[in-house]
Amino acid sequence: MSVAPMSVARYFDEMSYGPAPEADGEARQWLASHKAEFGHFINGAFVAPQSGQHFETLEPATGALLAKIAQGNAADVDAAVASARKAQGAWAKLPGHARARHLYALARMIQRHARLIAVIEALDNGKPIRETRDIDVPLAARHFYYHAGWAQLQETEFADQVPVGVVGQVVPWNFPFLMLAWKVAPALALGNTVVLKPAEFTPLTALLFAELAAAAGLPAGVLNVVTGDGSTGALIVDHGDVDKIAFTGSTDVGRIIRERTAGSGKSLTLELGGKSPFIVFDDADIDGAVEGVVDAIWFNQGQVCCAGSRLLVQAGIAPLFHRRLKRRMGTLRVGQPLDKAIDMAAIVAPVQLSRIESLVAQGVAEGASLFQPDIELPKGGSFYRPTLLTEVQPTSIVATEEIFGPVAVSMTFRTPEEAIQLANHTRYGLAASIWSETIGLALNVAAKLAAGVVWVNATNLFDAAAGFGGKRESGFGREGGREGAYEYLKPKAWVGRKPRPAATAPVLKSTTGDFAMPAIDHTAKLYVGGKQARPDGNYSRPVLSPKGKVLGEVGEGNRKDIRNAVAAAQGASGWTSATTHNRAQILYYIAENLSGRAGEFAERIAAMTGASASAARAEVEASISRLFTYGAWADKFEGAVHQPPLRGVALAMPEAIGVVGVVCPPEAPLLGLISSVAPLIAVGNRVVVVPSEPHPLAATDFYTVLETSDVPAGVVNIVTGSAMELGKTLASHNDVDAVWAFGSAELSTMVEKLSVGNLKRTFVDYGKAIDWMNPAAAEGRLFLNRAVDVKNIWIPYGE
Amino acid sequence: MACREAALALLATEDDGARIANHGWPRNAGMALDTGWVAEQRVNLSASERRVATLPGRRTVKKDAQAAWLLKAVTCIDLTTLSGDDTRERVQRLCAKARHPVRQDLLDAMGMGDRSITTGAVCVYHRFVSTAVEALEGSGIPVAAVSTGFPAGLVPHDVKLREIEASIADGAREIDIVITREHVLTGNWQALYDEMRDYREACGEAHVKAILATGELKTLRNVARASLVCMMAGADFIKTSTGKEGVNATLLVTLTMLRMIRAYEERTGIKIGYKPAGGISTAKDILNYQFLMKEELGREWLEPDLFRIGASSLLADIERQLEHHVTGAYSAFNRHAIG
Repeated sequence: MSVAPMSVARYFDEMSYGPAPEADGEARQWLASHKAEFGHFINGAFVAPQSGQHFETLEPATGALLAKIAQGNAADVDAAVASARKAQGAWAKLPGHARARHLYALARMIQRHARLIAVIEALDNGKPIRETRDIDVPLAARHFYYHAGWAQLQETEFADQVPVGVVGQVVPWNFPFLMLAWKVAPALALGNTVVLKPAEFTPLTALLFAELAAAAGLPAGVLNVVTGDGSTGALIVDHGDVDKIAFTGSTDVGRIIRERTAGSGKSLTLELGGKSPFIVFDDADIDGAVEGVVDAIWFNQGQVCCAGSRLLVQAGIAPLFHRRLKRRMGTLRVGQPLDKAIDMAAIVAPVQLSRIESLVAQGVAEGASLFQPDIELPKGGSFYRPTLLTEVQPTSIVATEEIFGPVAVSMTFRTPEEAIQLANHTRYGLAASIWSETIGLALNVAAKLAAGVVWVNATNLFDAAAGFGGKRESGFGREGGREGAYEYLKPKAWVGRKPRPAATAPVLKSTTGDFAMPAIDHTAKLYVGGKQARPDGNYSRPVLSPKGKVLGEVGEGNRKDIRNAVAAAQGASGWTSATTHNRAQILYYIAENLSGRAGEFAERIAAMTGASASAARAEVEASISRLFTYGAWADKFEGAVHQPPLRGVALAMPEAIGVVGVVCPPEAPLLGLISSVAPLIAVGNRVVVVPSEPHPLAATDFYTVLETSDVPAGVVNIVTGSAMELGKTLASHNDVDAVWAFGSAELSTMVEKLSVGNLKRTFVDYGKAIDWMNPAAAEGRLFLNRAVDVKNIWIPYGE
Repeated sequence: MACREAALALLATEDDGARIANHGWPRNAGMALDTGWVAEQRVNLSASERRVATLPGRRTVKKDAQAAWLLKAVTCIDLTTLSGDDTRERVQRLCAKARHPVRQDLLDAMGMGDRSITTGAVCVYHRFVSTAVEALEGSGIPVAAVSTGFPAGLVPHDVKLREIEASIADGAREIDIVITREHVLTGNWQALYDEMRDYREACGEAHVKAILATGELKTLRNVARASLVCMMAGADFIKTSTGKEGVNATLLVTLTMLRMIRAYEERTGIKIGYKPAGGISTAKDILNYQFLMKEELGREWLEPDLFRIGASSLLADIERQLEHHVTGAYSAFNRHAIG
């Protein structure tokens, strides 16, 4: 069939969209000005890679070569880190206002060069120009504006914090420029310097940004860009002079980074994968929700960590919803990235395309029903049809694995409870969308979803003021908002801590008694699920005074005791939903009952530790005060109401992490325990506590205080025994959501290393001593911030 | 499907300029009032806003395609004059423009000289129906009359029906009625349904467009519900506004009404036409409406049998854009005949 050339008449008859290409002349000119070959950007200038090696970055839409990119090796990374280190002191010493001026200049610079950045991003990544032009680049500029503000306010708002130092940042290929902004803006604003590694597939906008930033007056060394593959990223992660790693990418790589940095003292922010639910209730605006799916899973070809990839549709409306969704899919247009009249463009690379194809094939083999609209795809390049898989069972790989492509899987549910259950039944916890016109239903579900971000009747909304980040294996740390700023700060009170002095274990002396009236034997037990329990192994260990006198015996807790304690803590979820007033009352009540036995606890501390009577008494008094502190915080540690650029609000709600394992420091047997347990339970966590290994009797005495203080069963569980052994079980337990461990450096390393199973949050001291008596170092927000994950619930409104 | 192709073929070949409402599609006979269906309508404002805000970034037409789309828009215009100072001469002038909306040299330059490009209809008050019918004789361009106590619709019901009958007697082939907003604002769906049924009956063979006055219904949910009830009662077209409300056609109410048209077609298989009116004055505006029609309803809804545009100044802007397309130089209003 011969096809007539397009003409006004033919368009008039067909009413089709013609090509609408965005010009790429300026972008090509920029590449040409670099002879399409780039070095690293180190210390304010492009430098050739030490190895002399380059790799190629291609246009995903055509496979054509865009440029040759430097392959970073150890010498390159060393040079970049050294440059960042050299600049960091001077950069941090600048007044906040001076850094604010720099950040402001970067924001303005992005706006001045917005189209160039957008076009290069679209060419390099393969995503539609609409997204880079209307979403990625404006949001990036917004992040620099927003963080210029934190720089300006740093001295007043973060007076008790200091910058972390040199930050290594590894960003992914799906939002190369936006992720750069999310990472670079807060780091620089708060006085850190950066070594950034853009993704191998998409390095160009980072290089352009570095060049433009230098032109905008950013001092040399403050921002360094080293390009390369995964091995270059690993060199940054492993580098001894990097203080923090911020990574966005796959959960698998996030796990490797956690493991490699374990015990190094590097702070870590991980923004990982997701399999985010998109829940449609039968009272939703169905057409609105269908359009929501378009924004959820066909945004950026579905290569979005928070993509709403799991559709959960209420059974009664499922046929209608799927019918309308399929119709809508038929009107999606897939085309060249620079075409201004498309919805989707290219998948980033052939390797990703084949991964998508193979996962979908497997899903179909496992019984899913496949729908792909009969629409035109461009010839050549990496393109994939928008895809819907229905009749998917939760057991299927497409229901559990992140496909990272334009593939939605759909399941149905019967009741809101079942929707929540299905939604939360995943290892991930990044984002969720809820579609319902009933406010009570939508907000109730929002509160119950395990996700860092929840959108009500919306999806994929972002703003610099609202923190973004996940729960569970979607990673930890937040980007944006006040909570995101803390990721690039550390407490002043913890600067310069000394290693904990090594304690010499006392030697057992003779235990022979005499003929005086003996004390009645008192058997200290474990405390699990609100009951005193004998240890599973039924072994005991002696507790000695510094002089070697036996003060008593405690149970030798083992793996099974930890298992039981975790089960009890998981069962005590009522504590998490208890009112803050209720939790505050109980913390005060614990303090009251402890106060009534202050003398006894002081004597016990003195006997175990050899502390003076007055020092022991001071520890008890500090413990009582600390309980009051967290009783006070319990109903005051509140979230924020963000005002993102829409008619609506985003509620930043601090939520309990869940079940937290606590390994108490060897010193301060009572205060060390209270300092961890009180903040955790104040905000609704349930804890499994391993008390001070050498001095556990304060903890076993303490459970009788808990018993008299109306603490519900399972909220605090105490397992005595070896800190390392029990800490190991806690750190590797996949139903424990976080571990706090204070003690030896080996303990910190082990806990961080073993936390990778479910990527639990960890809070450790790397063997550095904490002055528990000093409130600035041992209580308040410093601990509370670690006891919660912030959930941002976006609620657009209007009728 | 065959029906659709036949209709499109008809449109493509039919060069006599005849623009008969709803040719090719079965006419809406209406259905019993289903208040449950009305009540269950949900429209989320923010989600709707997002759809219309992002659509212009998702769809655009350039060069030849743009010229074609604008010419198509011309064929869908209900060229309108609804002013207190309308006169016979004014209406005749408008009808002349309806016959020749675009300069022949421009059509020739675009390779469209052999197509008969006219507006979709001419829309006037009852007083000028006979004038317009006479002025348009032989052109095939239908005359539409606004009716039922336009624009407020608050005259007695029997007077409304007599007004419709009078306009039809004068030769109007389309009647644009206004609904009683009170029925929507008080949720009296039965009353709305009954009045609409009466209008439809009074129209007989003439096609009836139901003006919802969306600017006065305020909420998208009201717009959705009123749209459904009017379609159930037999409306051939649903139309946003009279042009006299504080807020007239917007993309937002358009989205809501189009989705109701789609839902009605899902339920009945019947295609209902859509007419935005008031406030659409630039070529850029109308392209966005066309994109929304095509995306939400489909290709068929870009033709004048299912899409009309109530506008008076839009045509002049389209003419300027077309001249720019042909010559590459920006145009001026005075280079195109007045309407």
